Amino acid sequence: MKEKITIALAGNPNSGKSTVFNAITGARQHIANYPGVTVEKKYGTVTHKGYEIEVVDLPGTYSLTAYSLEEIVARDFLVNEKPDLVVDIVDASNLDRNLYLTVQLKELGSPLIIALNMMDAAESRGIVVDDQLLSTLFQVPVVPMVARSKQGIQECLDKVIAVAGRDQEWPPAVISYGNDIDQGLDQIETIIKRSKAFNARYPSRWRALKCLEGDRQILDFLKEDPDLGRSIEDICQATSKHMVDTLDEEPESVIAGHRYGYIVGITRKAVKRKVELRLNLSDKIDKVLTNRIIGPLLMIAILYVIYVFTFSASEVPIRVFEVFFEFLKEIVSSIIPVGNLQSLIVSGIIDGVGGVLGFVPLIMFMFFAIAIMEDSGYMARMAYMLDRVLRWFGLHGNSVIALIVSGGISGGCAVPGVMATRTLKDPKERITTLLVVPFMNCGAKLPVYAMLIGAFFSKDKARMMFILTLFSWGFALLAAKIIRSTVLKGPETPFVMELPPYRMPTLKGLLIHTWERTWYYIKKAGTVILGLSIILWAMMTFPGLSEEQERFFENERIRATKSLLTSPEIKEWIPDGKSLMELNGLYESYARANSEEEAHMITGLEDSPLFPLIKTTFLLNKGEVPERQIERHDLQAAARYLRFRDEMTGLGDRERQAALKGSIAGWLGQGLEVVTRPLGFDYRINIALLGGFAAKEVVVSTLGTAYSIGEVDPEGSNSLSERLRKDPGWNPLKAFTLIIFTMLYVPCFVTVISIRRETSWVWAGFSIGFNLVAAFLVAFIIRYAGMALGLGVS
Amino acid sequence: MVLSMVDQGQEVTLAHIDGGRGMRSRLYSMGLVPGAAFPVLSRNGAGPVMLRVKDSRLAIGRGMAQKIIVE
Repeated sequence: MKEKITIALAGNPNSGKSTVFNAITGARQHIANYPGVTVEKKYGTVTHKGYEIEVVDLPGTYSLTAYSLEEIVARDFLVNEKPDLVVDIVDASNLDRNLYLTVQLKELGSPLIIALNMMDAAESRGIVVDDQLLSTLFQVPVVPMVARSKQGIQECLDKVIAVAGRDQEWPPAVISYGNDIDQGLDQIETIIKRSKAFNARYPSRWRALKCLEGDRQILDFLKEDPDLGRSIEDICQATSKHMVDTLDEEPESVIAGHRYGYIVGITRKAVKRKVELRLNLSDKIDKVLTNRIIGPLLMIAILYVIYVFTFSASEVPIRVFEVFFEFLKEIVSSIIPVGNLQSLIVSGIIDGVGGVLGFVPLIMFMFFAIAIMEDSGYMARMAYMLDRVLRWFGLHGNSVIALIVSGGISGGCAVPGVMATRTLKDPKERITTLLVVPFMNCGAKLPVYAMLIGAFFSKDKARMMFILTLFSWGFALLAAKIIRSTVLKGPETPFVMELPPYRMPTLKGLLIHTWERTWYYIKKAGTVILGLSIILWAMMTFPGLSEEQERFFENERIRATKSLLTSPEIKEWIPDGKSLMELNGLYESYARANSEEEAHMITGLEDSPLFPLIKTTFLLNKGEVPERQIERHDLQAAARYLRFRDEMTGLGDRERQAALKGSIAGWLGQGLEVVTRPLGFDYRINIALLGGFAAKEVVVSTLGTAYSIGEVDPEGSNSLSERLRKDPGWNPLKAFTLIIFTMLYVPCFVTVISIRRETSWVWAGFSIGFNLVAAFLVAFIIRYAGMALGLGVS
Repeated sequence: MVLSMVDQGQEVTLAHIDGGRGMRSRLYSMGLVPGAAFPVLSRNGAGPVMLRVKDSRLAIGRGMAQKIIVE
């Protein structure tokens, strides 16, 4: 008896396999990829009655052919890893179709038990399955189950231990496919058994069957021995010819027909159908949801609700994250002295990682909404309805999921979007989809739009956002069409998919699906972005100001201070530099106390002899007229001090601007002006766009620095909006050009890495190049078309 | 008759699939084998055809439906 058992979960898509997996393993699960392919491998462990059971969730498949990656992965696992037991999850309400896979598992000789899932759904549709009889006729243990409500899970594990503990042989099932095929099978089986290619792992009859079905993987392997290959080929051809001549059918269809015949022979006895309902509930719902006219309208409405839901629900948590990172920055700033180290931690690490992690709540709610659509069965209907449209652009109905996740509804993220392309079978459609998803309006682009729209299109914000959403969809589809008719030319893959019955999603299932994807995003953001933030920070910091420039700014400060201290208005208030520092400190405390409305702090300051000056300056700064009784020369002193403060702030901003211009990013930005001049972008925009490669929202904060307006809060970047609106070099056309460029140019770094993970460096590189060229051309056209129409003349 | 021409609500029997091996094997595994009878649930202009095959609903793209011969 073994203490450790490995089981594999097999089953059709929509058979409730992942529900069973979640019910068995709970939170103790891991995701990896099968070696060399992008098929996800989920596994987890559970301890039951002293046994440690490792559970591997095989990809959901209808069959075990070599035509899809999932099926190859599943059968390779079964053959090579030889799990102690295969638990075949079967949908009791759709038994005939589900048992098609079961028969093949039996033919492969896998140790097997059947988990007869969804007994409740079957019952509600008038289908009664006699599980005892089914077990006897199929010669496989059967456990009835309702995985959604955890019924039968313990019984299944009991059965797993009982069956796996029994040291029994699992001879491959022999099913008759009619005389002609059986004869061919016998012949091939005999040759294989005698050849060197014989391998006990693969039942020879199963291999023979695969040969007759025209299975490339098996045939190619056997053909490595030319003699063997030739004799098998001969038998296959003879059988095929005979079948076509006598029955007008290919061997595969005869084999498939016999398999179903075998199954129906059993289910006819073991399954009783009460009065058949003409239309079940799912059919009725579909009559409305997939209706030609109402369907698409409802789809738009549902997408809109999801949009509103994700944004409103994530508002508070995002705010909490922001406050937390602000707090963290304040703490670090107070512990570590001003200098490069502080700047690295605050501006490099916390801003960079915080900026990306700040989106976690948004992404989480987005994934939650998507999980609801998937688990309920609605996503399949969306693919069904949109297939016609997407097909025309060379995409697949299923591409819609990736497009929506990436920001088809503004606010998604291209990283999970790229991952979502895994559901696409055809490599060309898959690569095309993942190349165009970065054009969607992901959450990180929104702050950039918000800032520029706020500055130049503040009257019609909503309409602009709508236009941008349409634009990104339009462009993504157009790009898909271009890619599919050039680099990735190829026939469209046939669209065939099952529309699962509508089901009420379970909260546990939703939470697990949401968490899986969110965690993937966090891991990426936490690692890649950390490194990249540091590099980017260094690029924007070093080498910085030259000694000469530093001296210049220092001298300017000294000059300003001297001029203040020697001015007659100020002299009577502060005699020396030391009291100036005191004055500055008090003024800042007062301003802070005022903005936070903390009356007790203000009271504390009132005792200072400098208080009247502080208060007057503060009021002057706010543009309020101070009270009458203030003496004229006090008012002059306040005005003089205010002028000094403005001068110093201006110097600081100019210094930061000069430092940015003198950094590596600054040089690059200036060098790139040659290329970006046709778009009207100067070095400041270029630097911001370089920063946006790490994460698009960085564009806003970098623009802020480049325009020397100090710190910019990306959410409420009013001062930057204000600044750009007043700038003679800016106009609505330029802003719109930049918006479109930001929408289309390079995917952010994390997305590029994800594209690489899903494909190769070649495609990741192509994605960067293609998007850059596309962005450039589109922005160029917009700029010159706009100028030709007389727009943008300032 | 090809499947893409069948009117909504009609019940047909699959005669033959005029496609490559991959496509055939996929349809077989989803229950569409020669001899199988099934109703067409809906047909949306140029969009996919929806069928009830055994106890499941399948959506089949128009291009594919043009290669499925039914009686």
